Amino acid sequence: MKAKIIVMPRKEVLDPQGEAVRSGLHSLGYEEVAAVRVGRYVELDLDDSVPDAESRVKTMCQQLLANEVIEDFDFIVEP
Amino acid sequence: MRVAVITFPGSNCDDDCHHVFGDVLGKETISVWHREVSLPTGLDVVVLPGGFSYGDYLRTGAIARFSRIMPAVANFARDGGTVIGICNGFQILCEAGLLPGALIRNRSLRFICETVSIRCETTGSILTQKLQVGQVLRVPIAHAEGCYQLDEGGLQRLEDEGQVLFRYCAPDGTVDPAANPNGSKRSIAGVMNAGRNVFGMMPHPERISEHVLGGVDGRALLEGLVGI
Repeated sequence: MKAKIIVMPRKEVLDPQGEAVRSGLHSLGYEEVAAVRVGRYVELDLDDSVPDAESRVKTMCQQLLANEVIEDFDFIVEP
Repeated sequence: MRVAVITFPGSNCDDDCHHVFGDVLGKETISVWHREVSLPTGLDVVVLPGGFSYGDYLRTGAIARFSRIMPAVANFARDGGTVIGICNGFQILCEAGLLPGALIRNRSLRFICETVSIRCETTGSILTQKLQVGQVLRVPIAHAEGCYQLDEGGLQRLEDEGQVLFRYCAPDGTVDPAANPNGSKRSIAGVMNAGRNVFGMMPHPERISEHVLGGVDGRALLEGLVGI
């Protein structure tokens, strides 16, 4: 099984990387880019024998992979 | 009075802290490796020093908070023991949930190494008991992730409870955006927990506690911690 996890800075949190990327895209002429947020993508290879993969991955996100003070996360678990 | 300084893999201000608490302030100071599972007995103060624990992987402080020593640090804090995190130590305490908020990449995206002015916001803590409200200190900062973040409700609670220790300011004490080096919410440079025994700050008081190093603005803070 594979877990695909996306961690993003929360809306109200300053994202200086996103702002720098937006400014870079503008200087390349892509004026249509109104806002950029830069997050993190994490992939986990999971042992199929462990049940409750979904709830375990959620706990992993809450305990370590995301800091919910500043980040939101979302994930899917695929066979 | 016994002080412990924790060393994580990647800590690089541990010797400085050990030197200041031990040699400058003359307190018994013990080095503790992060793989220990207990703290020395009879301890009064635990110091989490600056550095780059675990290479700042994932997020600053995110891995260090799971070090074997950290449950003992959390228990010590819960029992009312004094804990201070400086720079990376502040980041670790936030990740561990012992302090509110989080520290993210500086607004400039640059590592900042300079001396800044900070204003004391409260004298209601042992760390700041020897200062005066509004007093300005000149203290070094050296970090890439010092931008303090917390939601508005949390910030208001900090303000209402007087848990903000320091704000970045102009040399005359004025708090304005131009004097905020890293984009921190409300120019916050240091906070404490509701129990007023766990402290975190990005500036380095241990680097400015001897005249030979250019000043002693940080010394009153550390003296307050150890009851001098």
